[in-house]
Amino acid sequence: MRRSILSALVVGAASLALAACSSGSGDDSGDGGASSTASSAPQLSGTLTVWVDETRIDSFKPLAKEYQEKTGVTVKLVQKASGDIRADFVKQVPTGQGPDVIIGAHDWTGQFVTNGVVQPIQLGDKKSDFEPVSVSAFTYDGSVYGLPYATENIALVRNNKLASDTPDTFDDLVTQGQGVVAKDSTVKYPVLIQQGAEGDAYHLYPLQTSFGAPVFKQNTDGSYTNEIAMGGDNGHKFAEYLQKLGKEKVLNVDIDGQKAHDAFIKGQSPYMVTGPWYVNDFKKANMDVTVLPVPSAGGEKSLPFVGVQGAFISAKTQNAILANDFVVNFLGSEAVQTELYKSGGRSPALTSALDKVDDPILKQFAAAAGTAPMPSIPEMDSVWQFWGKTEVQIISGKASDPDKAWDTMVSNIQKAIDG
Amino acid sequence: MTEQQVAERPTAPVSGDGGSRRSPRRLRGDDSSHARRPGSGFWVKLALVAIVDALGVYGILTAAGVHSWWIVASLALGLVIVNWAYFSRRAVPAKYLVPGLLFLLVYQLFTMGYTAYVAFTNYGDGHNSTKSDAISAISAQNQERVEGSAAYPVTVVLDGGELGFAVVQDGQAEVGTADQPLQPLDGATVEGGKVTAAPGVEILQFAQIAQRSDEVTQLVVQVSDDPADGTLRTQDGTTAYVFSPVLKYDASTDTFTDAKTGETYTPSDHGNFVSADGDVLQPGWRVGVGFENFTALFQDSRVSSLFVQVTLWTFAFAFLSVATTFFLGLFLAMVFNDPRVRGRKIYRSLLILPYAFPAFLSALVWKGMLNTSYGFVNKVLLHGASIDWLGDPWLAKLSVLGVNLWLGFPYMFLICTGALQSIPGDVMESAKLDGAGPFRVFRSITLPLLMVSVAPLLIASFAFNFNNFTLIYMLTGGGPDVVGAPLQIGSTDLLISMVYSVAFESGAARYGLASAVSILIFIAVGLISWLGFRRTRSLEEL
Repeated sequence: MRRSILSALVVGAASLALAACSSGSGDDSGDGGASSTASSAPQLSGTLTVWVDETRIDSFKPLAKEYQEKTGVTVKLVQKASGDIRADFVKQVPTGQGPDVIIGAHDWTGQFVTNGVVQPIQLGDKKSDFEPVSVSAFTYDGSVYGLPYATENIALVRNNKLASDTPDTFDDLVTQGQGVVAKDSTVKYPVLIQQGAEGDAYHLYPLQTSFGAPVFKQNTDGSYTNEIAMGGDNGHKFAEYLQKLGKEKVLNVDIDGQKAHDAFIKGQSPYMVTGPWYVNDFKKANMDVTVLPVPSAGGEKSLPFVGVQGAFISAKTQNAILANDFVVNFLGSEAVQTELYKSGGRSPALTSALDKVDDPILKQFAAAAGTAPMPSIPEMDSVWQFWGKTEVQIISGKASDPDKAWDTMVSNIQKAIDG
Repeated sequence: MTEQQVAERPTAPVSGDGGSRRSPRRLRGDDSSHARRPGSGFWVKLALVAIVDALGVYGILTAAGVHSWWIVASLALGLVIVNWAYFSRRAVPAKYLVPGLLFLLVYQLFTMGYTAYVAFTNYGDGHNSTKSDAISAISAQNQERVEGSAAYPVTVVLDGGELGFAVVQDGQAEVGTADQPLQPLDGATVEGGKVTAAPGVEILQFAQIAQRSDEVTQLVVQVSDDPADGTLRTQDGTTAYVFSPVLKYDASTDTFTDAKTGETYTPSDHGNFVSADGDVLQPGWRVGVGFENFTALFQDSRVSSLFVQVTLWTFAFAFLSVATTFFLGLFLAMVFNDPRVRGRKIYRSLLILPYAFPAFLSALVWKGMLNTSYGFVNKVLLHGASIDWLGDPWLAKLSVLGVNLWLGFPYMFLICTGALQSIPGDVMESAKLDGAGPFRVFRSITLPLLMVSVAPLLIASFAFNFNNFTLIYMLTGGGPDVVGAPLQIGSTDLLISMVYSVAFESGAARYGLASAVSILIFIAVGLISWLGFRRTRSLEEL
């Protein structure tokens, strides 16, 4: 995914040279198409270039065809590697070689806006047709920059064979899990929350929010400010709770995503905190699972991060009208959102399409979603790292004073944001 | 581990010129017949140069299409040189040198030049493009929809040849253009809240609107004579909204002004619009910043505390890596050089195996094997010990060296085997006859003779390990982190991975900084190598 600096520069320089050699993609000056009849309504023509990564392209292939049949506009899907698509977009839009539209995740918004490579999208009155959290995810400094089409979030997945009812608090859940472990020798873990050496603040966030320590303050429109809100007493309480879970071996740094996944499929734990991406594997293993909100550990409601998929429009598109029509009117329609849900397996962002979702598991996941989109500020990469690593240090006991470690983390994150 | 070895292999010059195999003198001898009856080599040459020309012309045309004049000029120059070199009879040396020189220019000199150029700019997140791009992005991002205003179904019209918007407001059809605020449009037909026909104006269909995309999306129509009432704009050609700009750009003074507070933002030396209070507008643009990037790393208080530690470890890692791999490789080479060892060929091939795997793959496998609870090393080899190989600062350093030893000794084994076999046997024999023991032979004969051919490779290996980003990144990611450190820098971070962390993982990407520091590292490595090579010259005088 990441290369050494020098080779990145070589590639960057070479791609600049190559990009200048390749023909312009966004530029299209079709001449109105068919003029054989005296009809006053000329056919639409032109080409929209859409960048999409390998995980999403299969969902978009039929849509490109559909849009072309409907309007006559050719949608040229360009498959980019998921590791490069974001950086390539930032680098290539200024040269005029970027696409008209890019399909991606909402947490790219901050970087795109500070680099001036995307343009605001006017949803107008359509705004209220979408799930509020999906629009606020794409909101940055008061403007909306992407059209949401799918949302996903983590929740508590229960193996119904090992537990049939779930208590209201996380402490009781751990006790219940430990009871199952004591009774059944194949069961090894009361609950699985993936970590790994780099930490995983994302999977611990429901527990953290239940202590009233959200990462940043939210604006009234649901978007984030740069003000860190996870410091202070509530943050300390959560840090101390992490230390307790680490001491009790409920949380284990060595269990990463793959190990948690395998252990849950083998029936080694009654609970796992995870997202819809593993559900197909659970179904294949003939498991009977129920999805529930993560029980509160600190008294308040637990809110997992919501990740939103959507489409951005390039700031330098030559086809702004067509791009807007494709993104807002086509991708924002109920039929297309439903189609994307069926091919992509994620909950639609459009409320009317979401209401028609018939998959019970997906519905349960959507019900566990809250009002907290993942933050999208450009400094988020470094926030994740400080956050995850500090949590790992607390869980593993390397940081013996959790409050102090948490305070250091908050001040380091503040420094990283201030630059 | 060692690409440089491959790079040193001389490559045969590629030449499509069959004719040049003859000596120039002979060519001149049968000049006339050669011109009349060109050999088959000539046709091959003609075809190859024709292909090169065709590609070049294609490149020139497309580059001219996007107004990249630098590329047009360099491609044209390149084509002239190629054609001259292969069709001129006097340019025999050039026939061999031109392809190599051209590739050297493109892949080495251009890249180095570009890196040097970037090092003197503030290119990175927030300074991604030109000033005019920044101005248009700031203007676009700071349009606010007037609160409570309606969405207007809009009709794009041509009013006297000029683009305009026709909307329906309070039941009254109105039209306006860029210079003309909205005014009543008499005799218009309104269907479904939208103007569908009107005398004196031409109504554009969606396809026509799409063709004039740029003009339509940039068209701004004032709602009334008072600019404060806002302006109509459309993004999709069907619905218009009333906007009022939060920030307004004034081209004559080159400033942005906040419409509400009156605060002005002026361009700064660092490529940003900045207010008097120091508020910065994003995005900025790329500007030259002189030597700032070169000094930034030393002035960043977050870095300076860790800099010494990382530098020491980088030198220690590079030196110890070379030393351990060399001595293990040498030891094995001497053992398997002894004719008394049976099955030497099999052993030798097996020992080279680690060299055959890609280093990043091996590093990932080792990372798994060194996992505390589930790793092969703890679980099987140490019967369930829970040693935190990659989590403890010193053990992690040891693990990194150990894995690099595993990765690197086959290379040293290979070159030592080769060098040992080239040491003449009679020297050894005479040493033995003089009564030297095995250790004495090794120290006084084998090692010095070996060093003559191997020392330059050791220096190259040192330079390589100095920048061994792959191993560190894949095995430990620089970790374990220094607890509470203000940057993501760990106990096994090398200078190069520290720069990566500072320039790319600490918030925004900073290409300028990354380029500058990689130049500094290059200078450091170059200096050490130069000193090293000077020392090895004295070895050759043995």
